[in-house]
Amino acid sequence: MMNPLIPLLVAIPLAGAFLTMIVGRFITGIPRYMALTTLLATAFISFWLLLAGEASPSVYIAGGWEPVNGVPIGIHLVHDGFSGLVLCIISLIGLLSVIYSISYMAWYTSENFFYALFCLMIAGMNGVVLSGDIFNIFVFLEISAISSYALVAFGVEKNELEATLKYQVLGAVASFMILFAITFIYWSAKTLNIADIRSAFSTGDRGSHYVLIQVLLLTGFGLKAAIIPFHAWLPDAHSSAPSPISAMLSGVLIKAVGIYVIIRLFFNMFVITEGMSVLIATLGALSMAAGVFLAIGQWDIKRLLAYHSISQMGYVIMSAGIGMTLMARGIRPDVAALAITGGIFHMVNHAAFKGLLFLNAGAIEYSVGTRDLHEMGGLAKSMPVTSATSFAASLSISGIPPFNGFFSKLIIIVAAVMGRFYLLAALAALVSIITLASFMKFQRYAFYNREPDNIRKEIKEVPAPMLLSMITLAVVCLLLSLLALPGVRDSVLTPATEILMDQMKYSSQITGI
Amino acid sequence: MTVIVKKTTQLIAGIIFLYGIYIILHGHLTPGGGFAGGVILAGSFILLILAWGSDFLHLVREEQGSTLYENLAILVVLFLALSGLLAGVNVFFANWLPHGTPGELLSAGILPLYNIFVGIEVAASILTIFLALIIFKEEVLK
Repeated sequence: MMNPLIPLLVAIPLAGAFLTMIVGRFITGIPRYMALTTLLATAFISFWLLLAGEASPSVYIAGGWEPVNGVPIGIHLVHDGFSGLVLCIISLIGLLSVIYSISYMAWYTSENFFYALFCLMIAGMNGVVLSGDIFNIFVFLEISAISSYALVAFGVEKNELEATLKYQVLGAVASFMILFAITFIYWSAKTLNIADIRSAFSTGDRGSHYVLIQVLLLTGFGLKAAIIPFHAWLPDAHSSAPSPISAMLSGVLIKAVGIYVIIRLFFNMFVITEGMSVLIATLGALSMAAGVFLAIGQWDIKRLLAYHSISQMGYVIMSAGIGMTLMARGIRPDVAALAITGGIFHMVNHAAFKGLLFLNAGAIEYSVGTRDLHEMGGLAKSMPVTSATSFAASLSISGIPPFNGFFSKLIIIVAAVMGRFYLLAALAALVSIITLASFMKFQRYAFYNREPDNIRKEIKEVPAPMLLSMITLAVVCLLLSLLALPGVRDSVLTPATEILMDQMKYSSQITGI
Repeated sequence: MTVIVKKTTQLIAGIIFLYGIYIILHGHLTPGGGFAGGVILAGSFILLILAWGSDFLHLVREEQGSTLYENLAILVVLFLALSGLLAGVNVFFANWLPHGTPGELLSAGILPLYNIFVGIEVAASILTIFLALIIFKEEVLK
């Protein structure tokens, strides 16, 4: 029996988006509540699926097209431990961003377009994460990418339009490379289903184009995930978007359409080779180190946070690369599992604290009217809640116990040492220290410095819906450290790791052979 | 444009519109279908707008109408997909209507319905894009 909740995760946000466009035309003020209802529904479904879900992957075949002679012909939607976790991040951060937008987006006009595009972006990301076939990943990727292009440009000022142009050009290059790789895969494996491609690749002669496919996909999704040689669009796009959208882009979008797909394809679709694993680990370490050095010199709050996103995503990619390398060498599977668990854990944590930091930056912009650290100071007195929550998030991202960032970085560093990647372990610790320095700068200049002399207006704390989202995310930052406890980890993180580690389980369970 | 162009497009546009409807309705029998037919439908409207000039229509009102049609059509497509979940078979996108004899106009179950609404959706959205570009150009010229 197929679980009918799985396609609803895509259908509900789509229906929400188009209903918002119709109803919002006749009744003003209602789109925000429709988006809120939509996100509440998807959040409920995704948490229900994760917590009450079966251990094995749950497959949904759209249209009921059963496999013929063991060859899957329908569109498969797959819900397993890893995708369930990412779905929960998407809907939780999405829900809190919508609550935040209720006050924040009062600045802007065309409310119904904003919420419709927001729901469309959620639908696209849910689709990418659920899709079990590579062409539908591309289709849903384009849905979420095109709505995010429009959302980045939502302010229609000069900066926003320049940022979105850059984002669109690089996004189109990425989409072209992904589609090119998909045609190569279809030509050589004669199928588009990820599990079926896996069995085709693991048995037959792979040919010389195999490496080309891997490099094209790594480049394409690397552009979406902003790994360092492909990162040029991210600081502009993430800093120009409205703040709730920045939180979505940085907290969720680069993970759902970038990191998630890279990890899924390289673990569950390709046969792991040592060369590609070392390349992925190197790219991760490079973006981890270079991202933080680019970040520390920034004075625009949101640009600083955007560069930190590159750096923190480097941790995830690097630990996935360490796990792949150990699996390719066939040694220490326990350490490989530890590295992958650390990477997934850090990905979840990053969604919470980076979402919170962008919401804090939005709150500062809302009250003070600037994003330049030079032009603010002493906000701890006038904005106590923003100050306290951003302090929690800063400690989280810099890896200070008892916040969640500490535990995930600890797991990553311990796994790197146990796998004898001493250089990468030292680099990860060093980057964490520089991150701390950079966030001490943010805290000092924004909240604890003396106020600048030319202060123009009385600075007040932001409205209640914005406070609610920020406080909730700060609590989530603390609670996520519980995932490091053995009992909780076994029920949430371990299924995600297992589905990536077990080489044959994914493909055999989905094709049903 | 001259009277000759205006009269000719008036004569041709109706035929193009009919051809678009033909392509959509025979989507499950012949090459083409909702998308191709929808583009042809939008083409007939665009031809009229090009021949008669942009001051002939109240463009903004027209654009709001086409956006509304677009949203309604995509909602109906989504509802048809969800109807598979509701209609006893419990499968998203299921083709639960009777399939009929292959080759006849009324066959293939739910597919002609998808084609019709996808056709409306594509026609309305391409018309919307075209109108948005004209409106943008007029705003820039002002």
